[in-house]
Amino acid sequence: MSTVSLVLRRRLIAGGAALAAVVALSACGAKTDAAGSSDEAAKADVSGDTVKVGLLNSLSGTMAISEVTVRDSLKLAIDEINASGGVLGKKVQPISEDGASDWPTFAEKAQKLIREDRVAATFGCWTSASRKAVKPVFEKNKSLLFYPVQYEGLEESPYIFYTGATTNQQIVPALDYLKSKGLKKIYLVGSDYVFPRTANKEISAYAKANGMTILGEDYAPLGSTEFSTIANKVKASKADAVFNTLNGDSNVAFFKEYKSAGLTAKSMPVVSVSIAEEEVKSIGAQYLAGQLTAWNYYQTTPGAANTEFVKAYKAKYGQDKPTSDPMEAAYTSVYLWKAMVEKAKSFDPEKVKAASDGITFDAPEGKVTVDGASQHIYKTARIGEIGTDGLIKEVWNSGKPIKPDPYLKGYSWASGLS
Amino acid sequence: MTVILGQTFTGISIGAVLLLIALGLSLTFGQMNVINMAHGEFIMAGAYTTYVLQKSISGAGISLLVALPVAFLVSGALGALLEWLLIRRLYLRPLDTLLVTWGVSLMLQQLARDIFGAPNVQTRAPDWLTGNITVIGGDDPLTFANSRLFILALAIAAVVALSLTLRLTPLGRRIRAVVQNRDLAEVSGISTSRVDRTAFFIGSGLAGVAGVALTLVGPIGPTMGTNIIIDAFLVIVVGGIGQLKGSVIVAFVLGALQSVLEYSTTVSVAKVLVLVAIVAFLQWRPQGLYTLRTRSLV
Repeated sequence: MSTVSLVLRRRLIAGGAALAAVVALSACGAKTDAAGSSDEAAKADVSGDTVKVGLLNSLSGTMAISEVTVRDSLKLAIDEINASGGVLGKKVQPISEDGASDWPTFAEKAQKLIREDRVAATFGCWTSASRKAVKPVFEKNKSLLFYPVQYEGLEESPYIFYTGATTNQQIVPALDYLKSKGLKKIYLVGSDYVFPRTANKEISAYAKANGMTILGEDYAPLGSTEFSTIANKVKASKADAVFNTLNGDSNVAFFKEYKSAGLTAKSMPVVSVSIAEEEVKSIGAQYLAGQLTAWNYYQTTPGAANTEFVKAYKAKYGQDKPTSDPMEAAYTSVYLWKAMVEKAKSFDPEKVKAASDGITFDAPEGKVTVDGASQHIYKTARIGEIGTDGLIKEVWNSGKPIKPDPYLKGYSWASGLS
Repeated sequence: MTVILGQTFTGISIGAVLLLIALGLSLTFGQMNVINMAHGEFIMAGAYTTYVLQKSISGAGISLLVALPVAFLVSGALGALLEWLLIRRLYLRPLDTLLVTWGVSLMLQQLARDIFGAPNVQTRAPDWLTGNITVIGGDDPLTFANSRLFILALAIAAVVALSLTLRLTPLGRRIRAVVQNRDLAEVSGISTSRVDRTAFFIGSGLAGVAGVALTLVGPIGPTMGTNIIIDAFLVIVVGGIGQLKGSVIVAFVLGALQSVLEYSTTVSVAKVLVLVAIVAFLQWRPQGLYTLRTRSLV
């Protein structure tokens, strides 16, 4: 081998290493100061006959499977509100931004919506990582975010309204359900970020107090599609059930692998808290039939408000499009904002917040009430079983809306958390 | 025991995926010294080809089998076009090919976004690939997933085909001649530019085949190539540039390492440890596992 080509090869390898370094650096580049430098609150522009609102969802990347449907649902609510005369006589104009399944991007886009578009409120975010990334931006600018997805609790931001479930409205009832069925040996699988890790801390604390055992805990990077090892570990653990906090289209790979490993809903049921009707459609009902979910709403939830919602959604987006819990919570969040604004007779975030307590809305999931103190809402917990038709059938519900308890103050086992 | 066997199979199947994504590179980078950063996007092109065919052909099983040759041609054509437009002007400036093809890769990603939309899409695996075969029955059964066996078979077939092509065909001889001594090959009457383009066509086509296989593992999206390209280059660099044998061994070694570490630690830790092991290995053998001996290329 000639020295020339050896030198060339060395240079190639060095070049490759340098490139990798550049790519890595650019990935965590100068995106840190998204919260801006000015301390004054950003004033929404409500001078004209329209009022702008921000829609902040991942329209690309691993979370798009879930978040695109939330964006569609938000647009449906805005269309309906505009058709019935708008809010305070103004038409609502949605400005949609793509968070791209990337948390710094969420913070940047939030900043843009608030300061450049001068939106009156923003709706969106799915993962807790994206919410944690935008939280300081909304707090600094004193602008409102309506967050429509179930999450791990242990948070009350003065500028966020949480219209999805907090822990005691979803995860705790799911654990109660498992316990009532005698499923006591649990394996935890989740994506590697704040929601699954915190949720699993809470689950472990619950398990300890309730005579359950956690046989193992595994995390896959968000967007990961290699689950054969995790499936093998789960299988070897001989658990009674799996508690799944995976997010996005990792679920597709996970359930395919789960089936390939020979595990079934009969031998080892999986309870999922982040897959709903839309994800079931993408993953394929044949992989999921019989598996359990914990939510507050299903397309099959009875009631006139839901019949209307499902009909309107399918009419706008296609008969094959299912509705799901986060979509419903997003749809509801727009109506709750409208009710708060009308009660406050102002778009000013401070006045809207002051008017929020006790606001009710006949949501598709049933009647919901805003708890002004925590800025969460009362929600009914529902455990469901995925059917072969891709829809989810309710097998248990809490009977009445549960008061939100984001810090789990009502549970002695949770005292060491937060 | 079943756990050990199951994990062994997992390691082999991870290795098969790594091998498939790196195989085309072993030709374009290994033999031709072109650092093609768009290799991942050729894989993506193969994956989207599968998706399009599945939309147009009703049977998932048939469409997957049809997708293999079609994806090879689609990605191969993209590769040949890239070679003809840009890379042939850069054969003496290998590091510049890195920048140029990186630009191309970004353009291809945006093109995919424009055509197919930004959200990821899924394909339906045919029924005969969704099940598994039971190797050991009983109350603690050992099962191998059909889709993984299919990928393994595909990887082996691709390696054998490439190896035989390089070793036994006139085209393979010409490729080896050009790699060894471009000027001498040219004066011997070999059209080096045509050989370059053909080699690039084959290497990119293999990326397309890898893309078809990846649709069985996970979702298809515009940015899927970005994550793949790193792994592909790692396999080539550790295996020794220009050495098919090295790539094959390293792909399976890395697969085994990943599966063992994942089982004993966590996915993220395993990834870090694998990278650390690679860095350490390259300190010891910067030229990779196999050094290029000029007379034996394959």
